[in-house]
Amino acid sequence: MIKVEHLYKDYAEDIKVLHDVNFTFEDGKTYAIIGSSGGGKSTFIRCLNMLEVPTSGTITLDGTVVNDPKTDLTKIREKMGMVFQNFNLFEHMVAKKNVAYALMKVKGMEKEQAYEKAVEMLEKVGLGHRVNSYPHQLSGGEKQRVAIARALAMEPEILLCDEPTSALDPEMTTEVLKVLKSLSHTGLTMIVVTHEMAFAREVADYILYMDQGEITECSTPAEFFTNAKTERARQFVANML
Amino acid sequence: MTLRFDRLGPYLPFLLNGIWPVIILSLVAAFFGCVIGFIAALAKRRGGAIGKIFGAYIDFFRGTPAFVQLYFVHMALPQILKFNWPGWLSCVIVFSLNSGAYLAEVMRAGIEGIDRGQIEAAKALGVKSKDITRDIIVPQALRKILPAMFNEFIALTKETSIVSVVGMMDLMRRSSIIQGTLYITFEPLLVVLVVYYLLNKILSFCGKCLERKLKYD
Ligand SMILES: Nc1ncnc2c1ncn2[C@@H]1O[C@H](COP(=O)(O)OP(=O)(O)OP(=O)(O)O)[C@@H](O)[C@H]1O
Ligand SMILES: [Mg+2]
Repeated sequence: MIKVEHLYKDYAEDIKVLHDVNFTFEDGKTYAIIGSSGGGKSTFIRCLNMLEVPTSGTITLDGTVVNDPKTDLTKIREKMGMVFQNFNLFEHMVAKKNVAYALMKVKGMEKEQAYEKAVEMLEKVGLGHRVNSYPHQLSGGEKQRVAIARALAMEPEILLCDEPTSALDPEMTTEVLKVLKSLSHTGLTMIVVTHEMAFAREVADYILYMDQGEITECSTPAEFFTNAKTERARQFVANML
Repeated sequence: MTLRFDRLGPYLPFLLNGIWPVIILSLVAAFFGCVIGFIAALAKRRGGAIGKIFGAYIDFFRGTPAFVQLYFVHMALPQILKFNWPGWLSCVIVFSLNSGAYLAEVMRAGIEGIDRGQIEAAKALGVKSKDITRDIIVPQALRKILPAMFNEFIALTKETSIVSVVGMMDLMRRSSIIQGTLYITFEPLLVVLVVYYLLNKILSFCGKCLERKLKYD
């Protein structure tokens, strides 16, 4: 469970991005975060694993305050996988090493075991035949699936995804969303920032609407798409569909 | 005019032995230059007072001729410090600092060119920053800057042709001794040019090999 209380994030004196965000993510649920550009979605999701340091407020993961300077971030990050818009694969490592690397460095696995697990994870995302390819030899969709395998290999409790399909063309978007869909409701908590309304509607348990640095609503997809709570959200839905 | 390479013949070993000061000085200065450059690059990136000092050092050594730097260290500094040191030491100091300044800029560009996203991905996986530097940043930065680094090494090797001014028995010095003895200029200098050329061909070949070897993990 991630509990976010009074979260503020300013990048500078005059760039105040998050204003008093409060929310609790329940275990095992899938959340889609949507909202117009610049609303603070990326900033919010990046605060959860401390890629951005909150200005004030607290984020608590299973009772541990994530943004306490005394907290061991390694432990927190082991529990939270992250998938990025631009894949961010290690360009100098083949697919299986991309997956195996953190297993060895962070989980302390033996090389052989780590690679075995890496291959197994890559097979799970349909890339059993690509384990020895370098990122530059892969398509966008394949890269993103490697990135998902890399995050999942660590056996996180939570998977954060920031626009995982925004850099992909429609065909590849489908293959990546299929993988993400298969992960939902498997016990993993998923928090996905997305512009894919069909995915949000079909897969998410809850839709969080973020607007101008606040979560203005949390609704089920059925509620959100038919009767969003705020005028701005209704406008957003109308524009998207 | 006729060329008298036959007269040069007996002096050829004497001339060619001048390659050793060139090679040894280049290697030593390249080594210290890399160390100094790496430290200076990191310090300058950090900023602050120390960053400024390193920035000034880089700027100064890149902005003045190596020839004058060498003269200064060997002739001018002893005058105020009141003791002398051998020519080779002046050479090591000047060429290390000089190539360090150039390499610092090359390395800084390499470090800054690393994709932030990969560093974030590694952080998000819980990788420690020491491991990120060693396994993600350095290998990729090194690969990217290798051609520029070898350019600096080649420039350094060529630059060492001035060391005879502090008494080193390098190729240039030996060729001018031969000129004075045999009264031939063209032949020994042509040999010196060819030797420098071959030396740098070999160096750039090594660079290419290393590049290929480092291409991937
Ligand atoms: N590192 C940064 N420094 C300064 N300002 C930033 C930084 N990162 C983001 N911002 C600003 O914060 C605001 C929110 O950005 P954020 O990326 O969180 O929005 P978003 O909802 O993810 O938008 P998008 O849908 O376009 O990805 C924007 O106005 C952006 O310009
Ligand atoms: Mg964003």
